[in-house]
Amino acid sequence: MGLSLFLQHLVNAISLGFVFGLVAVGYALVYGVVKLVNFAHGDVFMMSAYFMFYTSLIFGAPWLSAVLLGIVLTALLGVGIEKVAYKPLRKYPRINSLVSSIGMSFLLQNFAVVVFGGIQRSFPVPEPMKKTLIIGDVRVQAVSIYTIIFSIATVIVLGLILQKTKIGLAMRILSRDFDTARLMGINVNRTISFTFALGSALAAVSAVFWALRYPQIFPFMGQYPGSRAFIAAVVGGIGSLKGALLGGFLLGVLTVLLPAMFPEYSGYREALIFVLLVIVLIFKPNGLFGQEAGEKA
Amino acid sequence: MNRRTRVILSIIFILIIYMFVFFAERYLDPFLKRILNTGFIYVILAVSLNLINGFTGQFSLGHAGFMAIGAYTSALLYMSPQEKLSNFFMEPLISPLDKIQIPFFWALLVGGGMAALAGFIVGAPCLRVKGDYLAIVTYGFSEIIRSLFNNLQNITNGPLGLKGLPTHTNLWWTVSWAILTVVVVRRIVDSSYGRALKAIRDDEVAAENLGINLFKHKVLAFVVGAFFAGIAGGLLGSLLMTIDPNSFSILFTYQIITIILLGGLGNITGSVVVAIGFAFLMEGLRFVEMPMKIFNITIPGILGMRMLIFSILLMITILFFRQGLFGQREFSWEAIANLIRKGKVKK
Repeated sequence: MGLSLFLQHLVNAISLGFVFGLVAVGYALVYGVVKLVNFAHGDVFMMSAYFMFYTSLIFGAPWLSAVLLGIVLTALLGVGIEKVAYKPLRKYPRINSLVSSIGMSFLLQNFAVVVFGGIQRSFPVPEPMKKTLIIGDVRVQAVSIYTIIFSIATVIVLGLILQKTKIGLAMRILSRDFDTARLMGINVNRTISFTFALGSALAAVSAVFWALRYPQIFPFMGQYPGSRAFIAAVVGGIGSLKGALLGGFLLGVLTVLLPAMFPEYSGYREALIFVLLVIVLIFKPNGLFGQEAGEKA
Repeated sequence: MNRRTRVILSIIFILIIYMFVFFAERYLDPFLKRILNTGFIYVILAVSLNLINGFTGQFSLGHAGFMAIGAYTSALLYMSPQEKLSNFFMEPLISPLDKIQIPFFWALLVGGGMAALAGFIVGAPCLRVKGDYLAIVTYGFSEIIRSLFNNLQNITNGPLGLKGLPTHTNLWWTVSWAILTVVVVRRIVDSSYGRALKAIRDDEVAAENLGINLFKHKVLAFVVGAFFAGIAGGLLGSLLMTIDPNSFSILFTYQIITIILLGGLGNITGSVVVAIGFAFLMEGLRFVEMPMKIFNITIPGILGMRMLIFSILLMITILFFRQGLFGQREFSWEAIANLIRKGKVKK
């Protein structure tokens, strides 16, 4: 493989890596605070793509405002899901909420099939995103650059919210211990709602970048990025935001570079990624950046 | 009630089931028979997964992978060389497999054995990987299997799958395996092994301190569970007459988990009843996707409505019946005897 071709793949890999990372961060945020493996994250992601699609279609809203409205609607959806499906189960063993999230994932997918129809629709891509820059022999899509810039910006903003704001502090305390947090006068319900709003908004942001890369939306579009986010978050150490971003990044790079370097084995890409996951978990059961927590499974 | 009475009652009960099977095979229409067959295959799957998830508390998402292994292994063994030849037109089947043909029963057993071996491999990391992470590892395993089967063109025929499988599966097969699964799992659960498994579920650290060998018991649950999943896979392949890697996706595992959750985690009776009910429900709900006529207004059938109703029912159960529909109540002859006695007192 020539250098320019390698660079070309590398650019694609990095930008896909950031999209995966962004999905994984939203996922890890919810896990970190509530300790819930949220199988429905990918489907919230899918719903947000439809929200944006329909707001821009029905109201003829300009692209950016459709996206913003989509993010707000998705955040509301996330809070609603938490209230309906997870809050009543908070006192019960964690397997209950785990299965509830599987059920929610089912529900959202089938809801989308019935309401939006099973066919693929094309997501509107605004003109500036369609541009391609040519640097030497490497063609860089504008989308890739925007993805990288906005992902980094989003993660910085998220970090600021967690470190500098009062609600961020509450979230961090909640991630340690629910009961102590309650005794300290933290409004647990409000903090969890905020966490879900933030996590879902992140899903929506990542859905924008995903849909710009692959402008086809359909009810099962959340499965693939959802499961990738899952793996990324685990490889990075579930609950660690830095780890999630890095895990996603690693996954995106592998997804693009492995088949590029070994085209004859490209069919085994999925298997390879899962083997990697299993190996990481066996040698570092808490992920690459996970804390050695003393909590029981 | 002593042990002998219970065994005799159980044997009579099983004989009654077989009489039912005898008449069902003769007089029921093929559609109903198919639902019943699917139902009993679900029984095998649900009870075997319940051994891992419900009794041992190891949340596994790998059942579809074990099924796939069983289905492919047995299909490649019981299909005739001609049938294999007509399937593998992209790339020929590798050497010894293309000539072998063995009877259905032995093929099933080998399929189950291969799945059990996979269960051992998956169960082994259990010692290091716990809780949510184990769910992820087993999910990963099932995806690895799917990916491998999609690519091993000269063994599995890749994404094309196998078609025209001979139909061996009938109610005799499915009912017998379902009964065997229930008996074996019930025997394990009621033995000292079962008490160890439940101890591991309730508190792993305490169980280990009591001298329970965690590795041995967890792996036992995985191996037995995987074996029956493999058998169920083999039966399902022969029932549907066609298998492809993508029909054994995570969605299938979710369905089985739904069944054991509805029936109650760690409740065999619940798994059995719900598994059969589930097969009927999935077929029964098909009417919502057909056009309906109410007061001269034709409502067109909406595609996907069946699954939507199914998922709403699922959410209702998860949220409102947290112990499952059966809770901890297991079917036993004592319970029935008590019920009869109470009825008499009331009179």
